Amino acid sequence: MTDPHSLEGILSKGEPGGSEPGPAAKERSRSLTADAIYELVRNPVFWVAGTLVVIVLTMAVVPGLWANQDPNVSAECDIQLAQRSPSWDRPFGYTTQGCSMWGAVVYGTRNSVFVAIAGTAAIAVIAITLGVIAGFYGRWIDSVLSRITDIFFGLPFILGAIILLTILTTRTVWTISAVITVFLWPQMTRIMRGATIATKQRDFVDAARAVGASNFRIIRKHIIPNSLAPVIVIGTINLGQLIAIESTLTFLGIGFQPPTVSWGLLIQAGAGPALGGTTHLLWIPCAFVVIATLSFILLGDVLRDALDPRMR
Amino acid sequence: MSESVIASQRGIDVAALQRVHFDRDAPLLEVDDLHVEFHTRDGTAKAVNGVSFTLHEGETLGILGESGCGKSVTAQAIMGILDIPPARVAGGKILFRGVDLQKMEEKTRRHIRANKIAMIFQDALSALNPVFTVGWQLGEIYRKHTEASRSQAKAKAVELLDLVGIPAAKERVNSFPHQFSGGMRQRVMIAMALALEPDIIIADEPTTALDVTVQAQVMKLLSDLQQDYRMGLILITHDMAVMADVADKICVMYAGNAVEQADVHQIYSRPAHPYSKGLLESIPRVDMKGQELAAIKGLPPVLVDPPPGCPFHPRCTFARERCQEEKPELYDVPGDRRSACFFWEEVISS
Amino acid sequence: MGRYLIRRLLQFIPVLLGALFLLHYMTVVGIQISGDPVRALFGDNPPPESVLAAMRADYGLDNPCLDRRFDPCVAMFVERLGQYATGDFGIDLRQGRPITEHLGERFPTTMRLALIAVVFETVLGIALGVLAGLRKDRFVDNLVRASTVLLIAFPVFIIGTLIQVYVGVKLGNWIRGQDSMPDWFGQMFTVTYSADYPWLSLILPGLVLGAFSLAAIARLTRTSVIENLRADYVRTAKAKGMPGTRVVGVHTLRNSLIPVVTYIGFDIGNLMAGAVVTEGIFGVPGIGQFVFQGTQNKDAGIVVGTVTILVLVYLIFNLVVDLLYAVLDPRIRYD
Repeated sequence: MTDPHSLEGILSKGEPGGSEPGPAAKERSRSLTADAIYELVRNPVFWVAGTLVVIVLTMAVVPGLWANQDPNVSAECDIQLAQRSPSWDRPFGYTTQGCSMWGAVVYGTRNSVFVAIAGTAAIAVIAITLGVIAGFYGRWIDSVLSRITDIFFGLPFILGAIILLTILTTRTVWTISAVITVFLWPQMTRIMRGATIATKQRDFVDAARAVGASNFRIIRKHIIPNSLAPVIVIGTINLGQLIAIESTLTFLGIGFQPPTVSWGLLIQAGAGPALGGTTHLLWIPCAFVVIATLSFILLGDVLRDALDPRMR
Repeated sequence: MSESVIASQRGIDVAALQRVHFDRDAPLLEVDDLHVEFHTRDGTAKAVNGVSFTLHEGETLGILGESGCGKSVTAQAIMGILDIPPARVAGGKILFRGVDLQKMEEKTRRHIRANKIAMIFQDALSALNPVFTVGWQLGEIYRKHTEASRSQAKAKAVELLDLVGIPAAKERVNSFPHQFSGGMRQRVMIAMALALEPDIIIADEPTTALDVTVQAQVMKLLSDLQQDYRMGLILITHDMAVMADVADKICVMYAGNAVEQADVHQIYSRPAHPYSKGLLESIPRVDMKGQELAAIKGLPPVLVDPPPGCPFHPRCTFARERCQEEKPELYDVPGDRRSACFFWEEVISS
Repeated sequence: MGRYLIRRLLQFIPVLLGALFLLHYMTVVGIQISGDPVRALFGDNPPPESVLAAMRADYGLDNPCLDRRFDPCVAMFVERLGQYATGDFGIDLRQGRPITEHLGERFPTTMRLALIAVVFETVLGIALGVLAGLRKDRFVDNLVRASTVLLIAFPVFIIGTLIQVYVGVKLGNWIRGQDSMPDWFGQMFTVTYSADYPWLSLILPGLVLGAFSLAAIARLTRTSVIENLRADYVRTAKAKGMPGTRVVGVHTLRNSLIPVVTYIGFDIGNLMAGAVVTEGIFGVPGIGQFVFQGTQNKDAGIVVGTVTILVLVYLIFNLVVDLLYAVLDPRIRYD
């Protein structure tokens, strides 16, 4: 059954094998990885989403490549130009601060994407460690961890984050990533635990044990490589989700604070003036958040289709 | 029960079936040159490739073959429950008492199911709906094919459970499928098939999912009921032992083709096709203890891309050059049997 | 059923206590790291230290354990549990009114908003999901799949602000400017909540609030319908000669809705978080707006008290959904 408690579960198609009769399927001799790559390069969605992801990532790392008006440099902004609408030589117009909107969204990418990457990386490390321990050793460790994840599932994420971030007065990329990690680790941990249990029951694990492999070796050589596919898929989807979450928290006033530049802050600043008619202040940063989120979600989706052998 | 009584009991819903003129002298079921195809990503798979057989009252026809040989597809084509698309009946006739089921309107044909031809599936746990009680699932047949009320339908369900030997049927009727044991669940499936006293029952691997002792009980129940009601039974299985016990005649299928058709004794004593011979030799026998068990080497062909000539030739010990080029037809073999092998004489005498 | 009920209730208690403790611990650690919220409330112009100290004492923030980083302050937690049991969820830091009093006033508005969202997302979501599932890989299915992925990529606050500008202001102003349109019709496309139209002016915010879950429910239903259409018991129903409408409507749908029901329980959490954003944007005087204002004004009293109540509601709601799940799926009930 699909898991409705995560975005990954909602996106899953749950249609293994298709409706072809068994023996009709061509025998495939390619390896799983080669097969996955073969599936990916044939999929146009992969190319579109992948290109967008690369663009977003380069904007985050070297914004200067895409724009030369850094909104953090006050000389680049002129308050006289504030809120000016798009024109031929400035197709994205100016921000409420009088900076180039294009420069602001490009330079704002880093904060949003950094939180997403740091959060996802931390979640993945916690999830792989705890998930493998709980799934592999079972018994009381598993019970205790399961109860703890149950408790975290009892807290709707945004509400928990609101409490913590309202009380914390310093909000940097680190605190925001940490808060996201604190509340979102249980989802992936639960999936990692499931994957570990499934792998543990496979014959090659028994075979490895029979030839005297240590637990640590079995985990390193068999369990983790075989459970990695779901982590990659969920991690990619999570990146998109975290970009959306960061901008939501910032919009609520408990994420990044001015004078930082971030997508959420641009939307927050633009929402009011947009009601008065200067809509570019709103829709341009919104489009960036949506396109970035969508690219990661779609990339995760095609990766799952390619990596999951049940889908074929 | 006579045709007219049944019809009067069932009202307008079944009137369509009443208007169909069944020829009482025609055989119960005639399948003539049936072709079924599946459209897949890799091409068109010919799952059933010209199968023909006849079934009479009280007779048991066994369809034998490996999984994927087209047995179940044949059964589903007869029932008219193939998923279309991807499946498609590409040719041939299915005649019930002389009436072509393919040409029948769907609203009439659906009454053929359960009323005339019923089916028993392999895995009763997944074939029964997990969220309804067995009583509800049995009663549904009466409620939708006759004018029975809910309480009448439930009373009928209890009778049926009793008939198939489920103890305390009155209480069990309110249980859910997962609360029954495997054998009991398969009895529920049999009860479901028997509900409207059909003329034909198609049993698709009815005992494969069961323990050996339970298998025997369920098979005995099925064949007893068949005798009592003089039904035609199509038994689909890959289990040679079950087949030998129950079947009157056998149709052996390979890669969508009927490769041998004969009386059960003829096949078991002197098979006329190398594939039947191979199947028989792969049964472990007490008197051959200590010797290596013969197995048919290789795998069945991919249906989207079958080999030229005889589909069995890559695995056949009798194969010659001719087998690679020309596809054998079903040749008549003395003793009212047929074999799709150029060298059937050689196979029989070997 | 009885045993399932008891087991589920027994599981509920540790989760409830755990979640409350987690909230408590978050608050305490936040205070230990950032300093007390009373001080934060006043920004750059703090009143004299004596006033602050008096306020801290009022709110129970003078506990010395709040000065020790990462101290769980268990004694304080036990005291809080006692207060929760008597219905005391604290007071807001500016007016000093009990949180429960605020929420009592705001509850009906939020209920109306949630009702609109839930009806919209379930009715349309299930309908679209079933349609797409039955027409798998056809045009309708591709359309539903593409539009739901797109919808999932839109955070609620973005849909909210965009809808407010383009539907509320641009389309709404045009409609309200037409003489031929009745007045109430224009209220459906309003920019903000209006107390004169307690239902109509909540329609737009309600649709925004339900948008994400609409996409989720449509996808879950679609997946579930496709899975169940392939199920053996659906083939059995066909073999029993059931009409096509019954095969889909009874045998397939009944099973397909089970995962959707469990999602709706989980979804209440989404709706609560979404309500904070939606009510904030549309100026709806509900519970969500209360939290929204609490975060804007850094009023920890409002945020902690309200979120605690919301978490309790969420947990109880999920308990109810789990019991409903058992009613729908006999395999759970009798195991």
